[in-house]
Amino acid sequence: MESDKKTTLSELVNENNVQRNDLAISIKHLHKSFGNNQVLKDFNLEVKSGESVAVIGKSGSGKSVLIKCVIGLIKFEQGQIHVLGKNVSKLNSMELDVLRIKVAFLFQSNALYDSMTVRENLEFPLRRHLTETKKEEVDALVIEALTNVGLAHTIDMMPSELSGGMRKRVALARTLIMKPEIILYDEPTTGLDPITAKEISHLIVEIQKKYNTSSIIISHDLSCVKITADKVVMLINGKNYAEGKFEELSKSDDDKIKNFYI
Amino acid sequence: MVPKVVYEFFDELGMISYFGWRFFKEGIKPRYEFREMIRQCYYVGYKSLGLVALTAFIMGLVITIQSRPTLVEFGAEDWLPKMVSVSLVREIAPVITALICAGKVGSGMSAELGAMKVTEQIDAMDVSGTNPFKYLVVTRVFATTFMVPLLVILADAISLYGGYLGCNIRGVVSWQLYWNQVYETLSYGDVLPSIIKTFFFGYAIGVIGCFKGYYTDKGTEGVGKSANAAVVLSSVMVFIIDLIAVQIIDILNLT
Repeated sequence: MESDKKTTLSELVNENNVQRNDLAISIKHLHKSFGNNQVLKDFNLEVKSGESVAVIGKSGSGKSVLIKCVIGLIKFEQGQIHVLGKNVSKLNSMELDVLRIKVAFLFQSNALYDSMTVRENLEFPLRRHLTETKKEEVDALVIEALTNVGLAHTIDMMPSELSGGMRKRVALARTLIMKPEIILYDEPTTGLDPITAKEISHLIVEIQKKYNTSSIIISHDLSCVKITADKVVMLINGKNYAEGKFEELSKSDDDKIKNFYI
Repeated sequence: MVPKVVYEFFDELGMISYFGWRFFKEGIKPRYEFREMIRQCYYVGYKSLGLVALTAFIMGLVITIQSRPTLVEFGAEDWLPKMVSVSLVREIAPVITALICAGKVGSGMSAELGAMKVTEQIDAMDVSGTNPFKYLVVTRVFATTFMVPLLVILADAISLYGGYLGCNIRGVVSWQLYWNQVYETLSYGDVLPSIIKTFFFGYAIGVIGCFKGYYTDKGTEGVGKSANAAVVLSSVMVFIIDLIAVQIIDILNLT
């Protein structure tokens, strides 16, 4: 009889809260392929606590696959991913659910639930994890998250009634609602006009400062990367080809790096 | 060497079977999504009421009008309520109702889940710590499994009423005489097996509709294809289940 075995969600959450690590994400020797197409080959990356790392690369280079591996949406063949000290590939579904409370994901397509209002979209993760929270507290958290992105007035609107930029902001509010320690951004400014894209980029920085989150930002929008990233990783041929600050890489003589900055 | 078509057929059959089994596996484990289950029951049951009622009424009316000349030819016009009630309750109402549900509910589920899949809403549910299979699939399959039989009971009643009106278009049959003949003819052996098989109809419609939607790929084009495939496959499945049910009823001599 394993009496001390962590079986309930609340026990696992408590355990998760106790374990802190200076390294928010550690990716070592990651390999991922789809059939004969090897997307990631021996990819390595470290994200420190509070750090914001942008991963840039061509379309189809495996950037989105990388963060989906980090959150456990896609299984990988080789390598190790540690998120907040937990080995992602060794977690069972309940442990993965607990980890996902601390790790938020902003989808490229926003992925707002069409059949729910903005309020219900934001309440959805709350009602599942904070089951004993009172309605007033849930309302307050929803309003706080929406106020952070400047959209408190849209609370009872449907996602279809919002513009592209507003949908992105609501999706960002939904990622913030559980007060995550890590946020994974998948192309946060794709499909937005330059002004809205800049606003979203600054919003990401504000959130980063306010909540002290660590993040991986997948993008090929260099102005977004310049505003948001502490460190830039260039993904070429499945490997981290170059790594450094935005300004350092922009001065590089390497042709492959220069191509990105033209 | 197994032809590709045969391989794909058995591959899909295996996947649907596993999907159907997973409904029970995930369904018995907490947490139970009661709120979503009730919402789905409302959509499957209440939102299909009008369509099922209308088609059931027309079915009853048409079957009665079409059968009358043949019975008149053999001097068996009095048997019209008996014949109509047996054919409606045993076979026509359950199968037609199931086919309507396959078209309306099955395609709707497939398109909804397919759209959620291609817009990453299912992934979003997953990363928010919600089991999307439990929330989306278990609730919908539960709703079809329990709402289709209720719709069939309603369709039985309304189609029999349509049959009464049909009897009175060319002849005169009193309300009491009509229902007396119906009750005399129908036994539990007619009603119960036909209701029991509709649970399987509902289960098949839900599983196939959700399966096709849940595994949609190739963007919006894939959503349309999934909805179409869900209707075709679940309609065929209704007939296959009906065939098996008829054989079992016959072997067990239930009628």
